[in-house]
Amino acid sequence: MSFSITEPSGRQKWIAGVLVVTYAVLTLIPLIWIIATGFKTPQDAIAYPPKVFFEPSLEGYVNLFTSRSRVTPEDLAALPPPDTFYDRIVRQYDMVITGPSKYGERFLNSVIIGFGSTFLSVFLGTIAAYAFSRFKVPLKDDLLFFILSTRMMPPIAVAIPIFLMYRQLGLSDTHLGMILLYTAVNLSLSVWLLKGFIDEIPVEYEEAALIDGYTRFQAFTKVVLPQAATGIASTAIFCLIFAWNEYAFVALLTSGTAQTAPPFIPTIIGTGGKDWPAVAAGATLFLVPIMVFTILLRKHLLRGITFGAVRK
Amino acid sequence: MAEVHLQTVTKSFGAQAALRDVTMTVPDGSFVVLLGPTGAGKTTLLRMVSGLDAPDSGAVTIGGIAMKGLTPAQRNVAMVFQQYSLYPHLTVRENMEFPLKSPLLRTPRAEIDRKVDEVAEILQISHKLNNKATALSGGEMQRVSIGRALVRNPAVYLMDEPLSSLDAKLRADLRVELKNIQANLGATFLYVTHDQIEAMTMATHVGVLDHGRLVQFGTPREIYEHPVSIYAAGRLGQPHINILPADLFGPAPPGAVKIGLRPEQILQGRGQDSLVKRVEHLGDQTRLHLSFHNHDLVTVTGAHTALKSGDIVKIQPDRPFYFDATGARIP
Repeated sequence: MSFSITEPSGRQKWIAGVLVVTYAVLTLIPLIWIIATGFKTPQDAIAYPPKVFFEPSLEGYVNLFTSRSRVTPEDLAALPPPDTFYDRIVRQYDMVITGPSKYGERFLNSVIIGFGSTFLSVFLGTIAAYAFSRFKVPLKDDLLFFILSTRMMPPIAVAIPIFLMYRQLGLSDTHLGMILLYTAVNLSLSVWLLKGFIDEIPVEYEEAALIDGYTRFQAFTKVVLPQAATGIASTAIFCLIFAWNEYAFVALLTSGTAQTAPPFIPTIIGTGGKDWPAVAAGATLFLVPIMVFTILLRKHLLRGITFGAVRK
Repeated sequence: MAEVHLQTVTKSFGAQAALRDVTMTVPDGSFVVLLGPTGAGKTTLLRMVSGLDAPDSGAVTIGGIAMKGLTPAQRNVAMVFQQYSLYPHLTVRENMEFPLKSPLLRTPRAEIDRKVDEVAEILQISHKLNNKATALSGGEMQRVSIGRALVRNPAVYLMDEPLSSLDAKLRADLRVELKNIQANLGATFLYVTHDQIEAMTMATHVGVLDHGRLVQFGTPREIYEHPVSIYAAGRLGQPHINILPADLFGPAPPGAVKIGLRPEQILQGRGQDSLVKRVEHLGDQTRLHLSFHNHDLVTVTGAHTALKSGDIVKIQPDRPFYFDATGARIP
């Protein structure tokens, strides 16, 4: 295979640009649809033909974050006039706000469980990968195969044993239980990915650090970790995406305290008609942390691996 | 600074013996150069001293202290690797500070800056101190790598072909500079090279390694003038020593199979005829490629010789070396 080193012509650039933009638009349409729906009124959301231009409304977000109940027109008239924009929106439908919804809590659970399990997976994965990469581990290849074999079936295949086990151990519907479960599922991925990255870091750097007066652990933290940052960042993104989006286990093993947002969002539909804008609003907000996380770490992903300082 | 001693050090990698029973003393303040082709065990020997690898048997002592079980940090050695091995996530200055900031040395800030600036000056990299280590040319990387060792004041400096990737001019400069540093500090150097000019100009002692054995150890002059074998004789000398059948020029001592002739051991103008095949003018000297009884040999003559290809020149050995069938020198 040969690579052209000539600068692409203007025409080639133009074609490449069109292809990239087309692809980006195609992938973005569902996303834009969700975000737009979050700002529609329920009527606009189900309008046919679909409305591309509409008057934005915060109704979806208000419904997402509140619990409401219907009151009679007489009672409504007896109430003092609404003093906030969300009260006004709710009153249009003969309703009053009775309190916050559970979305905030569920969202917080997602954050705790998602980031907690990502941190644990990457932390354990890094030290395991370093050991596999650098030390003589007995039965190394077999162990690595076993670790990978946990990925050879869909995780949900072991849902029933895990359900029973968790009930016995008292881990059902706990944050710790979900963090441990996601860590266990992600660990094989993170060990394998990170071992690849650490294998690429020449051992000479650590030897130089040992000679320069550092212990092996210090050589690991000061020389290996900074160079593995790219690998750690991309592994963290993969782990977080899995834990963040996971639906089946959390639907099975949690019911309240530790429930994350994914199984909660569909339940919004049921509370008072088909409230698509509220569902879309929930999904939109749910996207934000992972997008921010990915964008923050993107610099690391693009920085590239630091080849070139060792003569091969 | 300290004396380094190896006592019957043996090391194998699998079935491959890298060092066999090497016993050697690097005297305090000496500059010992290890010579030998790739695979002779030069780098392995450095790693034994540094503590990056442990000998299978035998012992290493530095300054009279047994090194068994000590980490590289505890041994207080500085090493320049054959690969540049600069920390790519750090700047040049941070790379050179790295050993000084270690838990081993914990140097005060002002001292670090003074040391780094001083060494950078010597190595001509002052203007690159704030560059990323990856934004340097190969030669610059190697100088930073040397600098990282020179900022320290270790028991012994270990250098694994540190000048091999530099251009000729810089290599000549740094050769002098390293030798000055060693002489001024009274530092002990253990230095691996392929380059015989480095060996001849810098070394106080040369160790010749052959397949993991130390076959000869002495001053460069001793090794040059009294090699113990064809192998040792071949390590030094430019042009290379001529090895020919022992009786080519006449009767040889009993047991001699080969005769070894360095250029200065070939007298010109007397003896038997040889044919000039090629004349190489190098400026300060001229190399003659001769054919003698169907054997090729190379010698040196004056810069302004009138000899040209096709001429006949008489040659005769002068106090040559004789070697037996195993390659060992016959005294």
